[in-house]
Amino acid sequence: MASILIGAACFVLAATALGLLRILRGPADADRMMAAQLLGTGGVAALILLAVAVRTPAIVDVALMLALLAAFASVAFVSSASRSRDKAPPATDPR
Amino acid sequence: MTLALNIFTALAVFAGTFFFLAGTVGLLRFPDALTRLHALTKADNLGLGLVVLGLLPRVEWPFGAFKLISVWLLVQLSGAIVAQLIADFVRREEPHA
Repeated sequence: MASILIGAACFVLAATALGLLRILRGPADADRMMAAQLLGTGGVAALILLAVAVRTPAIVDVALMLALLAAFASVAFVSSASRSRDKAPPATDPR
Repeated sequence: MTLALNIFTALAVFAGTFFFLAGTVGLLRFPDALTRLHALTKADNLGLGLVVLGLLPRVEWPFGAFKLISVWLLVQLSGAIVAQLIADFVRREEPHA
Protein backbone atom coordinates (compact mmCIF):
# COMPACT_ATOMS: atom_id res chain seq x y z
CA MET A 1 0.00 0.00 0.00
CA ALA A 2 2.84 2.38 0.84
CA SER A 3 4.30 2.05 -2.63
CA ILE A 4 0.93 2.95 -4.17
CA LEU A 5 0.77 6.08 -2.02
CA ILE A 6 4.35 7.07 -2.86
CA GLY A 7 3.62 6.51 -6.54
CA ALA A 8 0.52 8.69 -6.26
CA ALA A 9 2.61 11.40 -4.55
CA CYS A 10 5.15 11.31 -7.39
CA PHE A 11 2.35 11.47 -9.93
CA VAL A 12 0.75 14.51 -8.29
CA LEU A 13 4.12 16.24 -8.11
CA ALA A 14 4.81 15.50 -11.77
CA ALA A 15 1.38 16.77 -12.80
CA THR A 16 1.73 20.03 -10.88
CA ALA A 17 5.31 20.48 -12.13
CA LEU A 18 3.91 20.20 -15.66
CA GLY A 19 1.52 22.98 -14.70
CA LEU A 20 4.54 25.21 -14.11
CA LEU A 21 4.80 25.53 -17.90
CA ARG A 22 2.01 28.07 -17.48
CA ILE A 23 4.47 30.25 -15.54
CA LEU A 24 6.76 30.26 -18.58
CA ARG A 25 4.01 30.97 -21.08
CA GLY A 26 2.08 33.55 -19.09
CA PRO A 27 0.53 35.58 -20.66
CA ALA A 28 -0.64 37.63 -17.66
CA ASP A 29 0.66 37.71 -14.10
CA ALA A 30 -2.61 36.23 -12.85
CA ASP A 31 -1.99 33.08 -14.92
CA ARG A 32 1.44 32.69 -13.39
CA MET A 33 -0.03 33.08 -9.93
CA MET A 34 -2.60 30.37 -10.68
CA ALA A 35 0.20 27.95 -11.58
CA ALA A 36 1.93 28.76 -8.30
CA GLN A 37 -1.34 28.16 -6.47
CA LEU A 38 -1.71 24.77 -8.16
CA LEU A 39 1.86 23.93 -7.14
CA GLY A 40 0.98 24.80 -3.54
CA THR A 41 -2.07 22.56 -3.48
CA GLY A 42 -0.26 19.75 -5.30
CA GLY A 43 2.61 20.02 -2.85
CA VAL A 44 0.18 19.71 0.07
CA ALA A 45 -1.39 16.60 -1.49
CA ALA A 46 2.00 15.01 -2.19
CA LEU A 47 3.19 15.76 1.35
CA ILE A 48 0.19 14.20 3.08
CA LEU A 49 0.42 11.16 0.79
CA LEU A 50 4.07 10.82 1.83
CA ALA A 51 3.23 11.35 5.50
CA VAL A 52 0.80 8.43 5.50
CA ALA A 53 3.03 6.27 3.29
CA VAL A 54 6.14 6.54 5.50
CA ARG A 55 4.13 6.91 8.76
CA THR A 56 5.70 10.20 9.79
CA PRO A 57 3.13 12.53 11.34
CA ALA A 58 5.44 15.54 11.24
CA ILE A 59 5.13 15.76 7.45
CA VAL A 60 1.48 16.74 7.90
CA ASP A 61 2.70 19.82 9.76
CA VAL A 62 4.90 20.67 6.79
CA ALA A 63 1.86 20.34 4.53
CA LEU A 64 -0.12 22.64 6.83
CA MET A 65 2.69 25.20 6.66
CA LEU A 66 2.83 24.98 2.86
CA ALA A 67 -0.91 25.53 2.61
CA LEU A 68 -0.62 28.60 4.83
CA LEU A 69 2.28 30.04 2.82
CA ALA A 70 0.52 29.43 -0.51
CA ALA A 71 -2.52 31.33 0.75
CA PHE A 72 -0.35 34.23 1.90
CA ALA A 73 1.56 34.26 -1.40
CA SER A 74 -1.62 34.60 -3.46
CA VAL A 75 -3.11 37.30 -1.24
CA ALA A 76 0.18 39.23 -1.36
CA PHE A 77 0.25 38.92 -5.14
CA VAL A 78 -3.26 40.28 -5.59
CA SER A 79 -2.77 43.15 -3.18
CA SER A 80 0.61 44.23 -4.60
CA ALA A 81 -0.45 43.78 -8.23
CA SER A 82 -3.61 45.82 -7.83
CA ARG A 83 -1.72 48.50 -5.93
CA SER A 84 0.93 48.84 -8.65
CA ARG A 85 -1.78 48.87 -11.33
CA ASP A 86 -3.67 51.62 -9.52
CA LYS A 87 -0.50 53.69 -9.45
CA ALA A 88 0.66 53.12 -13.04
CA PRO A 89 -2.08 54.73 -15.20
CA PRO A 90 -2.87 58.16 -13.71
CA ALA A 91 -6.66 58.35 -13.43
CA THR A 92 -7.60 56.77 -16.74
CA ASP A 93 -9.64 54.08 -15.00
CA PRO A 94 -12.75 55.52 -13.27
CA ARG A 95 -12.34 52.92 -10.51
CA MET B 1 -12.32 -5.34 6.07
CA THR B 2 -8.70 -4.35 5.57
CA LEU B 3 -8.95 -5.26 1.89
CA ALA B 4 -12.07 -3.14 1.50
CA LEU B 5 -10.35 -0.19 3.19
CA ASN B 6 -7.30 -0.64 0.96
CA ILE B 7 -9.45 -0.67 -2.15
CA PHE B 8 -11.30 2.42 -0.91
CA THR B 9 -8.01 4.22 -0.29
CA ALA B 10 -6.60 3.29 -3.68
CA LEU B 11 -9.75 4.34 -5.53
CA ALA B 12 -10.09 7.68 -3.75
CA VAL B 13 -6.39 8.51 -4.10
CA PHE B 14 -6.44 7.63 -7.80
CA ALA B 15 -9.54 9.78 -8.32
CA GLY B 16 -7.78 12.63 -6.51
CA THR B 17 -4.66 12.35 -8.65
CA PHE B 18 -6.89 12.28 -11.73
CA PHE B 19 -8.35 15.62 -10.66
CA PHE B 20 -4.85 17.02 -10.20
CA LEU B 21 -3.97 15.90 -13.72
CA ALA B 22 -7.21 17.41 -15.01
CA GLY B 23 -6.39 20.69 -13.24
CA THR B 24 -2.96 20.78 -14.85
CA VAL B 25 -4.31 20.00 -18.31
CA GLY B 26 -7.00 22.65 -17.87
CA LEU B 27 -4.44 25.18 -16.69
CA LEU B 28 -2.33 24.52 -19.76
CA ARG B 29 -5.04 24.14 -22.40
CA PHE B 30 -7.96 26.43 -21.49
CA PRO B 31 -8.20 29.64 -23.55
CA ASP B 32 -8.51 32.46 -21.01
CA ALA B 33 -7.75 33.29 -17.41
CA LEU B 34 -11.21 32.72 -15.91
CA THR B 35 -11.60 29.22 -17.40
CA ARG B 36 -8.10 28.37 -16.20
CA LEU B 37 -9.12 29.55 -12.74
CA HIS B 38 -12.10 27.19 -12.94
CA ALA B 39 -9.81 24.23 -13.70
CA LEU B 40 -7.50 25.25 -10.86
CA THR B 41 -10.27 25.34 -8.26
CA LYS B 42 -11.44 21.87 -9.31
CA ALA B 43 -7.96 20.52 -8.63
CA ASP B 44 -7.85 22.39 -5.32
CA ASN B 45 -11.16 21.24 -3.95
CA LEU B 46 -11.88 17.83 -5.43
CA GLY B 47 -8.32 16.60 -5.95
CA LEU B 48 -7.10 17.35 -2.46
CA GLY B 49 -10.48 16.39 -0.97
CA LEU B 50 -10.43 12.94 -2.56
CA VAL B 51 -6.80 12.36 -1.57
CA VAL B 52 -7.60 13.29 2.05
CA LEU B 53 -10.74 11.14 1.99
CA GLY B 54 -8.74 8.17 0.77
CA LEU B 55 -6.06 8.63 3.41
CA LEU B 56 -8.49 8.98 6.34
CA PRO B 57 -8.81 5.23 7.11
CA ARG B 58 -5.05 4.79 7.01
CA VAL B 59 -3.81 7.31 9.60
CA GLU B 60 -2.63 5.62 12.77
CA TRP B 61 -1.46 8.42 15.03
CA PRO B 62 -3.89 10.18 17.38
CA PHE B 63 -5.82 13.11 15.91
CA GLY B 64 -4.29 12.31 12.54
CA ALA B 65 -7.59 12.18 10.70
CA PHE B 66 -8.65 15.43 12.37
CA LYS B 67 -5.43 17.06 11.23
CA LEU B 68 -5.82 15.86 7.65
CA ILE B 69 -9.35 17.24 7.53
CA SER B 70 -8.14 20.55 8.95
CA VAL B 71 -5.45 20.74 6.25
CA TRP B 72 -8.13 20.19 3.64
CA LEU B 73 -10.41 22.78 5.21
CA LEU B 74 -7.60 25.34 5.28
CA VAL B 75 -6.80 24.75 1.62
CA GLN B 76 -10.51 24.88 0.80
CA LEU B 77 -10.99 28.20 2.60
CA SER B 78 -7.87 29.84 1.19
CA GLY B 79 -8.59 28.43 -2.27
CA ALA B 80 -12.08 29.92 -2.28
CA ILE B 81 -10.85 33.33 -1.14
CA VAL B 82 -7.89 33.37 -3.52
CA ALA B 83 -10.05 32.30 -6.48
CA GLN B 84 -12.41 35.20 -5.79
CA LEU B 85 -9.50 37.66 -5.45
CA ILE B 86 -7.79 36.51 -8.65
CA ALA B 87 -11.06 36.49 -10.62
CA ASP B 88 -11.82 40.02 -9.42
CA PHE B 89 -8.30 41.11 -10.38
CA VAL B 90 -8.59 39.54 -13.85
CA ARG B 91 -11.98 41.13 -14.48
CA ARG B 92 -10.74 44.59 -13.58
CA GLU B 93 -7.63 44.06 -15.68
CA GLU B 94 -9.61 43.19 -18.84
CA PRO B 95 -13.28 44.20 -18.46
CA HIS B 96 -14.43 42.28 -21.56
CA ALA B 97 -13.20 38.89 -20.33
